[in-house]
Amino acid sequence: MIALTSYHIFVKEFVSEFRTRYALNALLMFVVTTLSIILFSIGQESPSSDVLSGTLWIVIFFSAMSGLSRTFVAEEERGTSLTLRLLVNANAVYIGKLLYNFALILVLSLIIAVAYLLFINEFGVKTYEIFWLTILLGSAGLASASTILAAIIAKANTKGTLFPVLAFPILLPLLLTCINATKLATEGAFLAEAMQEFQILISFTVVMIATSFLVFDFVWKD
Amino acid sequence: MKLWLKIAVSVWLTAVIIAGIAFPMMRVPETWYHFPFIPGLEEKARNIIFHVPISWATVVAFVMSMIYGIIYLKKKDIDYDLRSVSSASLGLLLCVLATVTGAIWAKFNWGSFWNWDPRQTSIFILLLIYGAYFVLRSAIDEEERRATLSSVYSIIAGVTVPFFIFVMPRIMSGLHPGSLGDEQGKGPVLEFKMATNMLMVFFASLIGFTVLYFWMYTLKVRQMRIERHVQQITDSQ
Amino acid sequence: MKKLTFKSENIAKLYNRRVILDKISFSLSEGTAFAITGKNGSGKSTLVKILCGVLSPTRGTVEFSVSGTVVPYPDYYPHIGLVSPYLNMYEEFTAEENLAFIAKVRGLGAGWNDRRDMLLKEFGIYDHRKKEARYYSSGMKQRLKYCAALLHEPSLLVLDEPSSNLDRYGIDAVQKFMELQKKSGILMFATNDAEDLQFADTIYNIEDVKQGSR
Repeated sequence: MIALTSYHIFVKEFVSEFRTRYALNALLMFVVTTLSIILFSIGQESPSSDVLSGTLWIVIFFSAMSGLSRTFVAEEERGTSLTLRLLVNANAVYIGKLLYNFALILVLSLIIAVAYLLFINEFGVKTYEIFWLTILLGSAGLASASTILAAIIAKANTKGTLFPVLAFPILLPLLLTCINATKLATEGAFLAEAMQEFQILISFTVVMIATSFLVFDFVWKD
Repeated sequence: MKLWLKIAVSVWLTAVIIAGIAFPMMRVPETWYHFPFIPGLEEKARNIIFHVPISWATVVAFVMSMIYGIIYLKKKDIDYDLRSVSSASLGLLLCVLATVTGAIWAKFNWGSFWNWDPRQTSIFILLLIYGAYFVLRSAIDEEERRATLSSVYSIIAGVTVPFFIFVMPRIMSGLHPGSLGDEQGKGPVLEFKMATNMLMVFFASLIGFTVLYFWMYTLKVRQMRIERHVQQITDSQ
Repeated sequence: MKKLTFKSENIAKLYNRRVILDKISFSLSEGTAFAITGKNGSGKSTLVKILCGVLSPTRGTVEFSVSGTVVPYPDYYPHIGLVSPYLNMYEEFTAEENLAFIAKVRGLGAGWNDRRDMLLKEFGIYDHRKKEARYYSSGMKQRLKYCAALLHEPSLLVLDEPSSNLDRYGIDAVQKFMELQKKSGILMFATNDAEDLQFADTIYNIEDVKQGSR
């Protein structure tokens, strides 16, 4: 029952985004802009892949920050959050929005990763398994922490700048691990060598989702 | 807090500070008040008596703030929010002190104020979390909503802390004793070559600063309660 | 036939230490129409939110029971239909899609299509059902809210300002459903409109309670 309801909420988010294009168009432009800034600033230099792994996750982090709060902020701004609260149980709302956020950030980081591989020649990935797994698990982790934080900031008065401020300290272990795993991928490490990074990413996501599940009701009901 | 405890803490901490600063450091300690001379640390070793207990109190304040946040969510009594925020504001103060005392020590021992050592990074992140917590609070007008959301945030922040313990040493090599890159001091900070008398002053300082924190905390809670009460009276007029 | 009772005991709500509501107690049984009145700013809307379970009271309890068993306070939303000015529909969806979404997430059984069409016709927006809600006038939006609130045949219908934004045709439709609700369940509404108040069996003035409590 809850799974089906969450699925309907996920579909609603998806169709709503498709109709209004609030997030996606702006996000794509954001990605294009930041990537070109990086390209311009690199110029003729050839930075180490350590630096490039870092900037990749900076771009992903900030595009997540500008896109993922939308789901909750839009409900609050348009006065539909009360409608939703009267319709379904809070857990279904959380799962539906989490899935949507995950889908959104996964698509975004895939686009960023592909563009990065295509346009930045100095960035050479040697172990693609590690690279794509990091993108996948990193997106899951970003979505897990951002969803509950988005629910929090949707209730605050100033929404825009608050999100990255709240999210950064919480996402830092995730980002550092992602950067480390990306470095491993550029160094040509074996898949097994990155296992500990993946374990950290997975446990971060699981812990975040479990905690959010426990506290979401307090945020949503108030 | 009882009057005798206040007096006791004042005397206790005064003694600790005097001992920490004035006890001479000798290559060959002769009497009970002679600290041993630690090569590489020299006189700078005295900072351990101040820096470590302050850092410890920072963590205590953070945990207390989170626990009162959880109790608030359970009971929905605004007094627990007052306690939570009181603890957090003291935690922020202690966190700044721990960062500053640590940075000064780092400058004279490791050559620069900031080295992104795992423990330095952790205290920096704690500083960021405290900062974010207060930014969030100032962004919400309604008292109950502010209490609920900031409690939730401190819980979310609290569960990420263990990850730093796993993540940090993998990313960066440490300079603090007890971190991965350090050969002489395996194990926690306290074990590293401390003579018995220094260890006693150190623990006395640890206890002293913890009790001092509780004293300041009770004062802060009382102040917040009075402020709230006064506001209640002016509101109803 | 299920037996419904609704009870509120000693509800109080404080906003930033200000008392908005205090000592709200009443109990209702099936087949009643209960009106809440009080001048603007007296806390009618806040009370409605608390009664619907979307806002938690500072003190006090709300108890809703169906056939003798108490439905736990925050989980009785499937039994409630609410129409209020601060409850909006999704603007980028058509009326039909909005109602379909509501039916799906509520998990309504087969036959909701017929009820949806019936409601859309009764409220006179059937011809506009394929139009996105953002192109609706405020009166049409209000009618759509009624369709949304009535779709699952709630046993407790709660209306905040029932006739706001509506023309004569709309008011007639609303009154028809208020009449029906009175017979089949519990009707609760917050208003100051004399015409609406004719439907009430009991009129509950928040101000009087507040005066009494001081």
